[in-house]
Amino acid sequence: MPVLEKSCDVVVVGAGHAGCEAALAAARLGLETVIFTVSVDSIALMPCNPNIGGSSKGHLVREIDALGGEMGKNIDKTFIQSKMLNVSKGPAVHSLRAQADKAEYSRSMRNVLEAQEHLTIKQAEVTDIIVEDGNITGVKTFTGTIYHCKAAVLCTGTYLKARCLTGESITHTGPNGLQAANYLTDSLKANGIEMFRFKTGTPARMDKNSIDFSKMEAQYGDERIVPFSFSTNPEDVQKEQIACYLTYTNEETHEIIRNNLDRSPIYAGIIEGTGPRYCPSIEDKVVKFADKNRHQVFLEPEGIHTNEWYVGGMSSSLPEDVQEMMYHTVPGLENAKIVRNAYAIEYDCINARQLNPTLEFKNIKGLFSGGQFNGSSGYEEAAAQGLIAGINASLKILGREMIVLDRSEAYIGVLIDDLVTKENREPYRMMTSRAEYRLLLRQDNADMRLSEKGHEIGLISQEQYDLLIKRKKEIAEEINRLEHTNVGANEEVQSLLRQYNSTELKSGTTLAELIRRPELNYDLLAPIDKKRTNTDYRVAEQVNISIKYKGYIDRQLKQVEQYKKLENKKIPENFDYDKVGSLRIEARQKLKLFQPVSIGQASRISGVSPADISVLLVYMEQYRGK
Amino acid sequence: MKQDTIAAIATGMTNSGIGIIRVSGEEAFSIIDKIYRSKGNKILSKEKSHTIHYGYIYDGEDMVDEVLVSVMRAPRTYTGENTVEINCHGGLFIVQKVLEVVLKYGARMAEPGEFSKRGFLNGKMDLSKAEAVMDLIHSKSEYAYKNSLNQLKGNLFAKIKECREKLIYEIAFIESALDDPEHIDINGYSEKLKITVKELEKIIGKLIDSSMNGKIIKEGIKTVIVGKPNAGKSSLLNVLLGEERAIVTDIEGTTRDVLEESVNLGGIKLVIMDTAGIRDTEDIVEKIGVEKAKDHVKNADFIMYVVDSSKPLDENDNEIFQMLKDKKSLVLLNKMDLNTVVTEDEIKRKTESEVISISAKENIGIDVLTEKIKNMFLHGEIDFNEDIMITNLRHKNLLEEALESLKMVEQSIENNMPEDFYSIDLMSAYAALGYIIGEEVEEDLVDEIFSKFCMGK
Repeated sequence: MPVLEKSCDVVVVGAGHAGCEAALAAARLGLETVIFTVSVDSIALMPCNPNIGGSSKGHLVREIDALGGEMGKNIDKTFIQSKMLNVSKGPAVHSLRAQADKAEYSRSMRNVLEAQEHLTIKQAEVTDIIVEDGNITGVKTFTGTIYHCKAAVLCTGTYLKARCLTGESITHTGPNGLQAANYLTDSLKANGIEMFRFKTGTPARMDKNSIDFSKMEAQYGDERIVPFSFSTNPEDVQKEQIACYLTYTNEETHEIIRNNLDRSPIYAGIIEGTGPRYCPSIEDKVVKFADKNRHQVFLEPEGIHTNEWYVGGMSSSLPEDVQEMMYHTVPGLENAKIVRNAYAIEYDCINARQLNPTLEFKNIKGLFSGGQFNGSSGYEEAAAQGLIAGINASLKILGREMIVLDRSEAYIGVLIDDLVTKENREPYRMMTSRAEYRLLLRQDNADMRLSEKGHEIGLISQEQYDLLIKRKKEIAEEINRLEHTNVGANEEVQSLLRQYNSTELKSGTTLAELIRRPELNYDLLAPIDKKRTNTDYRVAEQVNISIKYKGYIDRQLKQVEQYKKLENKKIPENFDYDKVGSLRIEARQKLKLFQPVSIGQASRISGVSPADISVLLVYMEQYRGK
Repeated sequence: MKQDTIAAIATGMTNSGIGIIRVSGEEAFSIIDKIYRSKGNKILSKEKSHTIHYGYIYDGEDMVDEVLVSVMRAPRTYTGENTVEINCHGGLFIVQKVLEVVLKYGARMAEPGEFSKRGFLNGKMDLSKAEAVMDLIHSKSEYAYKNSLNQLKGNLFAKIKECREKLIYEIAFIESALDDPEHIDINGYSEKLKITVKELEKIIGKLIDSSMNGKIIKEGIKTVIVGKPNAGKSSLLNVLLGEERAIVTDIEGTTRDVLEESVNLGGIKLVIMDTAGIRDTEDIVEKIGVEKAKDHVKNADFIMYVVDSSKPLDENDNEIFQMLKDKKSLVLLNKMDLNTVVTEDEIKRKTESEVISISAKENIGIDVLTEKIKNMFLHGEIDFNEDIMITNLRHKNLLEEALESLKMVEQSIENNMPEDFYSIDLMSAYAALGYIIGEEVEEDLVDEIFSKFCMGK
C-alpha cells in the first residue's frame, strides 16, 4: 500500500488550549507547523467550566500574554462577564476571571489559527510517534500517513483512551462525546514513556428556560472591566455583561447523594483514575465534608447564543436518574431540564517526571508535551505549558537556547517546576499558595517580568517592547522622585491627612513615607504632590505597589537571591550519581530517576535531604575541576 | 560562590583557657564592626588582613567579654571567605554568650562541617581532604539529626508539633480563601488570627526563655543533691527546676523511683539524679540517708550537700564530708532564714568544699549558688560535648526566627495589611519550627487546604 509522506518542522498533536498556543508560537517563529485534531470543530474547546482565569489562573493568562501567547487576547474578544477577584486583598492575589462565550471563544481561536502563516490545521488522529536514535523524526496518523518533523509537541488533553462515566453507563469517548484517541498511548509506552491514569469530571448543563432565577442571588461583573491582555485597549472591553447566579444545595440534596453512593462509579470502584482534590464532585463534598449542611452552586451561562447553563459546584458521575433527583432539590432548579448530563472522564497522561523543565522528554530529543497530557488540569495551566513547549520546540530547531522560567520569575515557572519535580498523583491545579514568591509574581506586573523575554524569543513586537521599556523607566524615576520629595507639616498636608483619618505630621517626611501608610496611597496624595506629572494609570499602579509594600518586597527579593544560588548550580547531563559515594541510597535512587538540571531542583525532590545536597555540591565542584 | 555568613565555636569545650568563635562569610566584617569596641575606636573591617586586635565584645550596651580578634580577608583563609576569629575567655558560658551575640547580629549557626565544606568549595582543599569532609558532613548531619530527635522526645517535641499544626491550619484557611474567594469568606478573620498568633508567641517565647536558662548541653553535669531528711533537698530541687520547664527528661526505668531531671543554671545544665529519692524521703523520717548518699555520690560528677543550719551537725554529716573529699561539691547551708546553730566556719573546718548559705524556701542565695557553679565551670573543670551544644543552640535560633516571624504577622495585622501578607510570615514561622523537628514544608500546605476546606467547582 502506498504511504503518503509529508514534512514539516513542528507537529502539534491536539488543538485544545495547549495545542493552540504551541502551534501559534511555532508558526509565529517562522516554522512550518501542522496541528492535528480529532475534530476541527473542537479547536480551543472549553468542555468544562465556561470561564477563563480566576485565582492564580488569571496570573497564568497574564503571563501567557506577556510572553506573546493568545489566550488573553482571545478571552478579551469573547467574554460576557468579567471580575477582578480578591480586590480587598493585597495586589499579589488580585486575579482576573472572565465568563466566556464558549462557542465564540472556540470560533475566534480557530480564526486566529486559520489566519496564521506557516500553520496547517489537519483533522486526523495521530496513532504513532516515530523515534530514531532517541530523536523524534515524525508521527503517523490513523490513515497511515507519515509526517516527518524536526520536533513534535504532544497536547492530547483528556483524549487518550478516554472513558466517560455517568453512573453505570460508560462510553469510550473524549469530552462532549468526541472521538477518543485510542492508539497513541501504546506507541508512547513502546517508546519507554511511563503513563498515569487520571480522572476529572464536569457538572450537568441546564436549559435556561427551565431555571427559576428568582430563587437565586444574581452575581454581576465589575463596573469597570480590566482586560486580560496587555495589548488590549481597556476602552474596547467596556460592554454589557451577563449575570451569573448563586444558589445552594441542602440536606435533601445530600440525602439523595448518600443514599445512592453505591451507584457512583468512584465509590463503586469502577473508576481507576486519580481525581483532583480541589475540584471535588458533589459526591465527594458530601462525603468528605459531612458537617456542612449546604454547598454553593453557581449557575453560569455557556454563551449568548445558547440556552445551556453550567451548574458550577455540582460535578458528578452519579447515574442519570439520581442526577435528576439531586439537581431538582436545589432552589431554582426544581423543574430544570438537563440538556447534558454530568459525567466523569478518565484518560491517560504521563508521569511528568520524564520531562525536563523545558518540557522536552529526557529520553526522546525533540519531543515536547504540554497540558493535561502532562498531568495538569485547567485551560490556563494547559495553555501556559503549550506555549512553553511550542516555544522550546521552535528554539531547539532554530539552534537557539531553550527557555526555562524559574519559580521566582513566573507562575508558569512554578507550574512547570512542580510538574517535573514533584511526584504528582492527581491532576495539578495552579494555586496562589504554590508560588512562594507571589508578592513579586503579580498579575499587574506580568509584562514587566516577562515581556522582555517574549521579545527576545520573537513573540512580542518591537513596538510593545519599546513601550514597556519606556514605562519601566518612568516607574523607576517616579519612585525615586517620591522617595526624595519632602513634605512639611503645613496646613494643606495636615488637612489632607485629617480627611483620610491619618495621623497628622509632627515634622517633615517624604511622599513615599506617606504612601506607606495603610490608609493612604499614591492617588490620594495627588493634591499635595505638586510636581507630579505622571498620568499613566499603569505607572501609578506599579509606583504605588512598589512603595507601599517595599518592606515585604525587599524581603522576598532576598529570599529569591538565596534561591537563585542553588538554582544556578547546574548539574551536568548524564551526571553519574553512582560515583557519589556518600549519597544515601534513597536520595541516589530519586536523583537518578528525576535527573534534575540544577542543585536547586534536586533540593525540591522529596527524599533528597539537605545533607545529600551538601554532598552533591562538593562532588560537583570536584567534577568541574576535572 | 556567595554565601550567607556562618559562625560556630571552633575550640572544643574542654579545659581550655581560651575559646575561639569563628565567623566566615561576606558579612563577617560588618558583624564584627557592630559588636567590637576598643579604646582607640578601631573599625576592624578597615584593618589589615591577618592582624590581631585587643578589645571588647558588646551586645548593644552590655559588655560581654574582653577579647582578641583576628581579622582575615578572603581568599587567604581556611574557608576562602572573609573570616573573623574571636578569642575570648574559655568556659562554655562565655564562649556561648559571644557566639549568641554574633548570631544575633546577623550570622547563622554553621552546619556541621560547613567551614570545611566552604573551604573546599572555594578551592582551599585537595580531593583527598574533600572526601573526608564529605563523610564528615554526612555522619555529622545524621548524628545531629538523631541527636535532636532524642532530645526532642517529650514536651518540646509535642509543643512544637502543636504550634505547627495551629500555624498550618491558619495558613491553609487564608490560602483557601484566597484561592476560592467565592466559597470561603475571610472577612473579620484578622482579629481571630491575632489571638492565635499571640498565643503562639507566648508558647515560643517561653521555650526560648527556658533555653536561655541554658538548655544547651544535652548531657549536663551528673549532679546529686544529698542531705538528711528535712534538710530542704526537695525545696532546693523545686527552686532549681523553676515552674515551667521546656525540657524535662523523664527516663523511666522499671519503676517510678528512678528519675532524673535537668536544671539549667546560667547556661550550665545539671542533670539531677534520683529526684524521686529526694522527694520520697522528704516526708518519711527514715534512716537510710547516708547509705543512699554514698551510692549516689560514687556516680556523680557534682554534689550539692544540703545541711540544715537549724540543727547541729552529727556523725552522719562527718561521714558525708569525708565522701565529698575527692569530688566536685558544694555545701549548702540551708534555712539561713531560721535560727541557725551551724555556721559556715564550722563546716569549713570539716571539709574542703565551699560553703554557701541559702534559704531554698525563701529563694535566698540561689544566685550565689549559680555564680559558684558557673565559676567552677569557667575554670573548665567539667567536660562537655560540643556537637550536642550546637544542636541545641540551633534550636534556639530557629525558635527565635519563628518568634520574629510571628511578630511580623502581628505587625501586619496591626497595620491593617491584607490577609495574604500574613501567610508570608506565618509560613516562615512554620518552616523554622519544622527545621527543629526535622520536618520540611513540602506538600503540607496543599494537603491541609484540601483536607480541611471544601473548595472548588
